Parts: sequence; structure tokens; C-alpha cells
Amino acid sequence: MPRVSMTVNGRPVSGEVEGRTLLVEFLRETLRLTGTHVGCDTGQCGACVVHVDGASVKSCNVFALDLEGVEVRTIEGMANPDGSLGPIQAAFQQNHGLQCGFCTPGMVMTAAALLAENPSPSEAEIRAYLEGNICRCTGYHNIVKSIQAAAAELAAGRVAAE
Amino acid sequence: MPKDFGIGAPVKRREDVRFLTGKGRYTDDLNRPGQAYVHFLRSDVAHGRIAKLDTAAAAAMPGVLRVFTAADFAAVGGIPCGWQVTDRFGQPMQEPKHPVLADGKVRHVGDPIAAVVAETLAQARDAAEAIELDIEDLPAVVDMRAALAPDAPKVHDELASNLCFDWGFIEDNAAAVDAAIKAAPHVTTLELVNNRLVPNAMEPRAAVGEYDAADDQHTLWTTSQNPHVIRLLMGAFVLGIPEQRLRVVAPDVGGGFGSKIYHYAEEAFVTFAAKVVGRPVKWTASRSEAFISDAHGRDHITKIELATDENGKFLALRTDTLANMGAYLSTFAPCIPTYLHGTLMAGNYATPLIYVHVRAVFTNTVPVDAYRGAGRPEATFQIERVIDKAARELGIDPIEIRRRNFVRPDQFPYQTPVAVLYDTGNYQATMDKLEALSDRAGFPARREASAARGKLRGFGVAAYIEACGIAPSSLVGSLGARAGLYESATVRVNPTGGVSVFTGSHSHGQGHETSFAQVVSDLLGIDAAQVDIVHGDTARVPFGMGTYGSRSLAVGGSAIVRATEKIIAKAKKIAAHLMEASDQDVVFKDGRFTVAGTDKSVAWTDVTLAAYVPHKYPIEELEPGLEETSFYDPANFTYPAGAYACEVEVDPETGEVEVVAFTAADDFGNIVNPMIVEGQVHGGIAQGIGQAMLEVAAYDETGQLRSGSLMDYAMPRADDLPSFTVDHSCVTPCTHNPLGVKGCGEAGAIGSPPTFVNAVLDALNAGGFGVDHIDMPLSPARVWAALAAAR
Ligand code: FES
Ligand code: FES
Repeated sequence: MPRVSMTVNGRPVSGEVEGRTLLVEFLRETLRLTGTHVGCDTGQCGACVVHVDGASVKSCNVFALDLEGVEVRTIEGMANPDGSLGPIQAAFQQNHGLQCGFCTPGMVMTAAALLAENPSPSEAEIRAYLEGNICRCTGYHNIVKSIQAAAAELAAGRVAAE
Repeated sequence: MPKDFGIGAPVKRREDVRFLTGKGRYTDDLNRPGQAYVHFLRSDVAHGRIAKLDTAAAAAMPGVLRVFTAADFAAVGGIPCGWQVTDRFGQPMQEPKHPVLADGKVRHVGDPIAAVVAETLAQARDAAEAIELDIEDLPAVVDMRAALAPDAPKVHDELASNLCFDWGFIEDNAAAVDAAIKAAPHVTTLELVNNRLVPNAMEPRAAVGEYDAADDQHTLWTTSQNPHVIRLLMGAFVLGIPEQRLRVVAPDVGGGFGSKIYHYAEEAFVTFAAKVVGRPVKWTASRSEAFISDAHGRDHITKIELATDENGKFLALRTDTLANMGAYLSTFAPCIPTYLHGTLMAGNYATPLIYVHVRAVFTNTVPVDAYRGAGRPEATFQIERVIDKAARELGIDPIEIRRRNFVRPDQFPYQTPVAVLYDTGNYQATMDKLEALSDRAGFPARREASAARGKLRGFGVAAYIEACGIAPSSLVGSLGARAGLYESATVRVNPTGGVSVFTGSHSHGQGHETSFAQVVSDLLGIDAAQVDIVHGDTARVPFGMGTYGSRSLAVGGSAIVRATEKIIAKAKKIAAHLMEASDQDVVFKDGRFTVAGTDKSVAWTDVTLAAYVPHKYPIEELEPGLEETSFYDPANFTYPAGAYACEVEVDPETGEVEVVAFTAADDFGNIVNPMIVEGQVHGGIAQGIGQAMLEVAAYDETGQLRSGSLMDYAMPRADDLPSFTVDHSCVTPCTHNPLGVKGCGEAGAIGSPPTFVNAVLDALNAGGFGVDHIDMPLSPARVWAALAAAR
């Protein structure tokens, strides 16, 4: 079987995969990083969203073998260096942006991508950006609130750093 | 108790940390040493006879350990049904067999026929393609009315017909209701459909079975809302495994909404197969598989009649419903259109005469069972829709007609004509709150502003009540439940004072680990961080009935309170001994025991240590240790209620509907964690709007599910919904449980569908389009067609 090597959450990894092995399978089955979830088989739900070279990607939609040398970031790589919750994660906890937690990794990764592109999105922009992520539990109300809070928190952090 | 972590505080959820860091432990995250994988070959036709099933070639494929068919299950039982309904004539319902793997016939698309167990999932899938299968097509029955025709093809050859039962409630009232309707000055009639839904919890179902031959012990990890129920049904009725040899674990579960209550064939399969192949066996549903194997919800066709006087006073109500059971009886299916639907037909109103007629029908579709609300949304939808139509016919304001008929606060406890007794409530108060919060007074101006932009704006309102906290075991037993419906809790105090609480409830998103800890910490006056909640493992928690019907806090929480009270009573005796006082004089407050009127006191940890190191201890009268169990069986259902308002804008050119605002005023009784309660309401409203605006499990006439993937089945997305205004400040505490709580998990899904539909119809009618009703989901196409017909 062919081998693929990449960097996941800053760690170099490699493993044998079949041609049909999806990135999400490589993460979950080979690397046992089970924080990235599979909620569908049609690329609709967004539970599997990770970052590949900084861009948000549905990991159920790409083959591992095509990703030689890329940098992948998953939910396991979103905490602060000391292990405490990162700002987006903390905002989700603070604002009850999750219930069963199944969509949550994808939501957090999508939120991170949004805030990297657009540091102060409006509610309508947040809702539009979440189009590819389904949550069955929260009705999105508190997810939107969490992302708004994270945006404010990150902005405050930037101001403080200046 | 400091208000930042006791009862009533919006405590942040402790479980979130693992979910937010990717450390959740869902069933599919679990991998057992040496595990094999199963793939099910499922029927792709709705009805047919299995003419040929040859697995030899598949069994010879690489990696295949074994291929199973119905023949392998000849010696075991079928999937049982947990509720037996007795019909209008005193006869038991027709109860077909439900084999683990299809035996001779397939009865719905998705019916499992064979199962391949292999070293890898890919190998199992590949081998399933090599199974030689011939199905002789039989005509499918999909439409419920057609299924009841005398010459309809039968889903189950061994049954007399496709009628599961013909149920009347309360049968003795039928004649009086009929007479009242005939004599009434005004009767409003409405025919409506409660659309079939797919629950679609975001985590697909999964199961891992393992067998340890050394001590003849089976373990099943499964995505369940109630592991003990699965252990009982599967162990006793399907596989014949004594319960002490069977452990069922439901670890982190990614949402349920009812669909993970039931005992499913796949769970029995992996448990059985693990022993046969001598390896752990894992199954995870794909989403497409979930669509055709998870129990669906709703699917009723109803005619409702409401008789009123000229002033809109309700005189009598009658409803006639066809309820789809699908191809087999799922665990609680017969209970949903009967006791969870018929008993709610009084709604919030003092209607004196009510009769409910329900016929349950078998069809060649996926089994139907409880989905968030379960019977109560179906009841509420009919009532609140027919009331709106009556208000329009009589020229009475829709809020006013409701107020005229509400059960008044001085009428509680209120005995309805449909068996249930409402203990408490104040429906005027929630309606007052709703009118204020939704700024109904300002609506005409908003309507004008919309009109200026070419949009039709509507304001819809509905009231709801639900029966939660199911329920007294003796009552449900008399109604056909084959189970008790209490809940259990064990509170174990450790020597150094920390507490482990073992609950029979199960959390799959509800945040029990946080809110239950709040309750115990409040009662004991110790930090919530000292209290751990354990759930979801039959090897650890006492026999419990699990989580559904908004019962966890009302029933499970009450069991925890009772067990904690026993702990306090015993701890006081130990403290009294330590202080050489009478336990009557010991006061326990904020984690300290004091002798009233003295300065003698001992700390919580002095007592907990003494309980396990009983050197100075009243050993003649008290056993050492500090651990208590309670089984709490409630005296009645609880009755949360409220009033909801929805504002929509309809585009008259396209039929597109936008939800502009949604307001909920609920009375849930006392609240333990308002943050969690609000989240439950948000989620429920989204599911209800999803049903009303977007979702439908649509079958074609051959029994193919047309909306069988997330591409075709329209789940509500973030941009379909607004932010919601929710309020729970109207409180009439439940009168019969120790916390005074009522439950909040389903309210949103119950109240929102009629609210939304009423809003759209208000928009249309106020805009000059005379439209009485549009069936859900109110897609642009349906709204546009209604507009076109009215033009
Ligand atoms: S798993 Fe659903 S989009 Fe990837
Ligand atoms: S939190 Fe359960 S699906 Fe989003």
C-alpha cells in the first residue's frame, strides 16, 4: 500500500493508505484522532471540517493520498499551548454553543476559518458562512452567539497586543 | 448555596471541555482489540419475497469471517415491541414478527437481509456485493388509506389486514361528543397531515459487540438513550442472555431526539455475532443507512372538528387520525398516536367533551416511533391549527379566542376529559408574557413596513401543553406499557467527602453531568466540583429507564434528590454521634453539621470519614458506609406549557417564507440551569420550524424514500433561522416532585410548528389571499401554489 506523510497539529505523521482512503479515515482510523467526526456520506454536514494548509476542508471529501506534505489542523490542535481551551473553544463553552458535541469540532474549525477571513462578521455573515455545517441540537442560536463572542475576544486580544 | 453553582445558576457545562477538544468518546470512536466490521446488505425494494439468497461467493471473499442470514437467527427471538394497545373492542393490537434479519420477505427499503463480518469495513462492503440475491417484487403499500382497502396487499401475510389497531379514547364519550357536535351553533373542520420526519441526530447510530468466553460475558457499546432498556429487551427477548452476563454501555451519544430509544436489529446482531465469530464486531451506520434504518417520526393524517358557540367558546372536539406504524412495530410505536397523543387533546383549554379515534396502519416503510415530542406535537398541531381556523371563521382575534377557553388558574388541579389531571399552570400568564415580549402591539407597523417592500407579513400564535416526566408506572402499566417508568439513582459518598452519583438517566446533549451535579451540590452544600455524575453503563449504574419524554430532571433528578436526602439523614446520625448529641438536634447547612443552639459542629468530611473509618460510630444502630439508592416513581406526569409567537415575511411572487422573529414564553416550573434550559428550547424550536418549513421523509408510490440523504432531506441550516427570544420567567412549580420541575426538552418542537403555520396563513389571509390550510412543510412551491389558487 502507498504511504502518505503530512503534518497534523504540528506533528509529522505518515501511514499506509489505500487510494480510496479519505482524509477523515486517515485521521480517525490510522492516527486515532477521533475528534473529527463523520455525520454524513454526501459532504453535507460539516462534522468533518479540518484545516488543510489553513483553509477549511471537509475531510470526508478528500483522499489522504492527495495530501502529501500538507499541514492539517484538527480540533485536537485548537487548545492553547498550556492545554486550556483556545479562545473559540472557550467562547463555545461560555455561550453554550454545543449540546451533544457531535457537530462541534466541525463548527469550531469552521468558525476559526471564518474569523481568520473576517474578524468581525455580522450575524447574517456568520449564518451564511455556517451553510455547510449542520447542528441538530442548538438551533444555531448559541453557536452564532459563541462566534460573535469569540470575535470580540480575539479583537480585544489584538488590541491588547498592539 | 452560592448562586454561581447551585440550583438556578447558569453554570457552564463541564462536559464541554472534552467535546471541544476532540476527546469525546462516541461509540464509533471506540476500537476493541481484534475487532471485525459488519456491513449489512439491505433491501432496495419496499416489498418482496426473497427468491434466492446465496452467500457462498461472498463468504469466500478476502477477509470475510462469516456471512449471516435469517437462518443463523432461527433459534433467537425477534425484536420485541414494548407497548401493547388494546383496541376499541377490547382486543389486543395486531403484533407482527420482527426478525433480526429478513426472513423470507422484505418489508421496507432498508430491511436488513444479510450481514457480512470481515477484517475490514471495506472487505465487508466488497463481499456484500458478491451476495447473490433475487427478490421477487410484491406490490408495496405506502399510502395509509390504500393500505386499509379490503384488497390491499398485506405487509404481514400472517395478519388479518394492515390495521394494527382501531383505538377510541375515551370510547364511552363518543356518543356525547357526537351529539354535542351535531347540536353546536358552529363547527370548524380541518383535514391535515403531520408530515413524516427523519430524526437525523448528527451522530449516526453505531454499535460494538464483544464476547468474553472466559466468564461468558457479553458487552454491547451502543448509541442509546437508555442502556438498561436495551439490556432488558435484547437480553431477555431476543438473545436470551441473562442480564448479569450482559453489559450495555452508551458512552457519549451525539443526539437522540427519540431515535436512539429503541432496540434495533443491528445491536442484537453485533452482540450475537461477536460470540459466533469470537471477535469484537463493530457497526457504524452511514447517513444514507440511517435514513432507511432509524425509526422515523410523526406521519399522521387527521380530520379534526371543533364545535363552538357564537362567542368562540369550545363545546366539543373530535379527531380522527390514521397513524403510520411502518413495516414493523418499533419499541414504543403503538404508544405514540394513542396515549401520548390522545391524552393531550385538551391542550390548554377547558373543552368539556373530547373524543379521539386513531387507526394505526402497517405500510412498506421504515418503522415510525417517537421523535422529539412524540404524539404531543401531533396533538398540539391539530388543536392550534383548528383554533386559528375557528377564530378566522368567527371573526375573533386568535389570542382572544384562546384566552376565552384557557383552563383558568383557579381550576387546577384540572381533570381533562382525556384522562390526565393537570396539576398546575397559568396559561394567561404565559400569554401575557408572550404578547409583551413579541411586541404584538407594534405588529401593524411592522406589517406596513413589510408591505412597503412588497412582502406579506404574518403574526402567528399558538399555546401548547405537554405531558412530561413519563410517568407513574401503575398508570402506564394499565395503559399497555410493558415496562415501569420510574428512575433510579445511587449517591455514593467517598471517605474523603467527594460524591459519585450514578443515575439511570442518560445524557446525549442535555448536560446532566452539570445540572445533576448542581442539584447535589446545592443539597449537600459542597462544591459542585466535588460531585461526579456517572451514567450510561449498566455495569455501573442501577437499573434505570433512561432519557426521553423530557423526564430526566423531573424523574431522574427526583431520584437523585431522594437518594441525597437519605444520605443527609444518615450523615446527621453519624454527626450526632460524633458530637454526642441527638440527631433531632443536628442541623445540616452549607456542608457543616451543628447542634442547634450550641457552638458544636463537625464538617462534612469529618462525617464522611467516620462513615468509612467507624472507630467512633453508633455501630449498634447504623451500618458503616455512606451510599444510598432511590427508585423514584412519580405520582403524575408533569405539565409544562407555554405560548409561542412567530413572525414571517412571505414573498407573494415566489412563495418563499422567511422567519423574521420567534418568541417563546414557557412555564417549566423551577429551573436548575437556565442556560441549558434555553438551549433546549432553541433546539426544539429549530426542529419544529424544520418540520413546518423544510423537512419531509417523502416516499414515492413504490416505497422508495425520495428524500433519503442530506442532499434531498432539507435540514434547517443556520441561515434558515433567526435568533430566538425565549423566556421561562412564568413559573408554576410542579406540585408533586421534590424539585418542582416540569421538563423542557420537547416544548420547542411541540409549540413551534402550528405557530409557524399560523403565521404564514395570517400573512396570506391579511394579504387578501383566502387560504385555510397548507400542509407542512410549507415549501415555497406549496405556498406559491396556495397563493396561485387563491388569486
Ligand atoms: S462527514 Fe458530512 S460533510 Fe463530511
Ligand atoms: S451539538 Fe449536537 S449536533 Fe450540534
